Amino acid sequence: MKFMEPKVSFSEETLKLSEKIISHYPEGRQKSALIPILHLAQAEFGGWLSVEAMDYVAGLLKLKPIEIYEVATFYTMYNLKPTGKCVIEVCRTGPCWLMGAEKIIEHLEKKLGIKAGETTTDGKFTLKVTECLAACGNSPVIQIGEKYYVNMDVEKADNLIQNLNEGMRV
Amino acid sequence: MSIKILFENIDVDGIDSFEVYRKLGGYNSVEKALKNMSPEDIVEEVKKSGLRGRGGAGFPTGMKWSFIDKAPGKSHYLIYNADESEPGTFKDRHLMQYNPHLLIEGLILSCYAIRSNTSYIYIRGELMYVMRILEKAIEEAYANGFLGKNILGTDFSLDIYCHPGAAAYICGEETGLIESLEGKRGNPRLKPPFPALNGLFGFPTIINNVETLATVPWIINNGGEQYAKIGIGKSTGTKLISACGHINKPGVYEIELGLSVEEFIYSDEYCGGIKNGKKLKAVVAGGSSVPILPAELILKTAKGEPRLLSYESLSEGGFETGTMLGSGGFIVMDEDTSIVKNLLTFTRFYRHESCGQCSPCREGTAWMEKILNRIVEGKGNEKDIDLLMDIANNIEGNTICPLGDAAAWPVQSAIKHFRDEFLIKPEIV
Ligand SMILES: Cc1cc2nc3c(=O)[nH]c(=O)nc-3n(C[C@H](O)[C@H](O)[C@H](O)COP(=O)(O)O)c2cc1C
Ligand code: SF4
Ligand code: FES
Repeated sequence: MKFMEPKVSFSEETLKLSEKIISHYPEGRQKSALIPILHLAQAEFGGWLSVEAMDYVAGLLKLKPIEIYEVATFYTMYNLKPTGKCVIEVCRTGPCWLMGAEKIIEHLEKKLGIKAGETTTDGKFTLKVTECLAACGNSPVIQIGEKYYVNMDVEKADNLIQNLNEGMRV
Repeated sequence: MSIKILFENIDVDGIDSFEVYRKLGGYNSVEKALKNMSPEDIVEEVKKSGLRGRGGAGFPTGMKWSFIDKAPGKSHYLIYNADESEPGTFKDRHLMQYNPHLLIEGLILSCYAIRSNTSYIYIRGELMYVMRILEKAIEEAYANGFLGKNILGTDFSLDIYCHPGAAAYICGEETGLIESLEGKRGNPRLKPPFPALNGLFGFPTIINNVETLATVPWIINNGGEQYAKIGIGKSTGTKLISACGHINKPGVYEIELGLSVEEFIYSDEYCGGIKNGKKLKAVVAGGSSVPILPAELILKTAKGEPRLLSYESLSEGGFETGTMLGSGGFIVMDEDTSIVKNLLTFTRFYRHESCGQCSPCREGTAWMEKILNRIVEGKGNEKDIDLLMDIANNIEGNTICPLGDAAAWPVQSAIKHFRDEFLIKPEIV
């Protein structure tokens, strides 16, 4: 049988990092590295997990592709379709809701002209609602990438999007 | 000022670096334990301390450790539960972010106590920036001989690894966590077998909360008996309470167990009273899953005694008139809050987070959300309230893991204490 070249692959550096992660688990338990390595894959392959990306990870970890799909569909952090350049996640659970999260979500939907879960037509922003981010003492909270923006209100959220938008124009 | 065990040095500049932490006596307990104490001695001290798990269930930590199967030749694992996903709870993140070495110190002692040479810190995926702080601290501990092979020249070796999740509340449940750590969906396992006998990779495994193990260094330094003198009755020691909602000073507070709820809410040392001078309406005292209580019942028990922040006092009156200490996520609501709308956000959360294995949980949470949506839109009626209660009662106790109960309790308690409100259309907040 002829071996098929994967359509995507990790950079040298990411490959090294994955090997290090795999070494954290006992021999034969490389499946444990799946969740951390899917995070690497999502970051390296444009912010989402295509079937090709998941199949590549399957090859890397010597797992069946279905084992990757099962996991990728279970955890909320994995995007299974392309997202905007900037993914805005607004927390909507009780404590954030008490402090006005709903108004922020409504405002951002209006401002961006999309509903939560959608991406703007120019591909800049994806708006998502998310559940408690363990920062309820500074609610409402918005997460963008690894960064938390805290003590938000409509005006601050508005400015935040404005700044990000301008930053992306370059 | 009350006694500080976990927060003693949290405000010191540079406490997140090994150098400053060590200068202030950090890792002394490891020296003491590895040189002068056997693993059994550690378990004994923790038993004497009366320390109970801070992850939510309050199970005595020393007792849990003594269940572990220490058969020679078998791997043992200790998993540090840093999933922190219970709405209203943000204490573990605070500790990890600001005092990471305290956790590592606690972890070394605890692994020694159960004879584990490998430990995983399972941290929720959204907290990548906190994981980097922990990883840096771990690296420093290795560099200084507190982790790795033959720690301090003894025959005890330990490796610690951080393992991120990817956003799934259910992975905070210990068997869901183990599945996730094995690279699978976070579906909880049926118990027995309990993890202490058959856990990660089929080996004996202990799972503890971040705050629980961060307490162990103090216990080893000062003795279990000393710790047991702090607190009240069987609620020994201090507890981190993360307070949020309509209060003047939201944040994480270390309180001595037994502090009165009234003092906690109104004194300037803690929450500083209700925002904008409004009246207190209700509190969810232990994270989203515990029963909500109206102001009268959170400040005083049904017997008219002051309600205290302790396992026993908060559960006084059972679920009729009491609640639980849970994870210490203290959510305060003022007089203008719609209890029903808040409940809807919780129910939506549990529907979203149900792993889907048990039909009562999977279907029940979806139905409850649907009915609550109808009610919030102003289209509900008396029958809907009864139906909600009926569904919640049918979920409770009929599921593989306690997420089902956690979804049922907020609904049952909100109806019990605030039934009249279910037929009023709430304003947008
Ligand atoms: C649905 C669910 C979610 C949980 N989430 C967490 C969590 O985020 N952090 C935690 O420490 N414990 C959580 N727990 C409790 C754990 O299952 C376990 O009891 C705890 O980590 C044990 O540690 P402790 O004895 O030190 O409290 C959760 C339990 C359930 C049922
Ligand atoms: S109770 Fe819910 S979350 Fe727990 S195992 Fe059953 S379906 Fe999954
Ligand atoms: S509810 Fe938004 S951070 Fe907790």
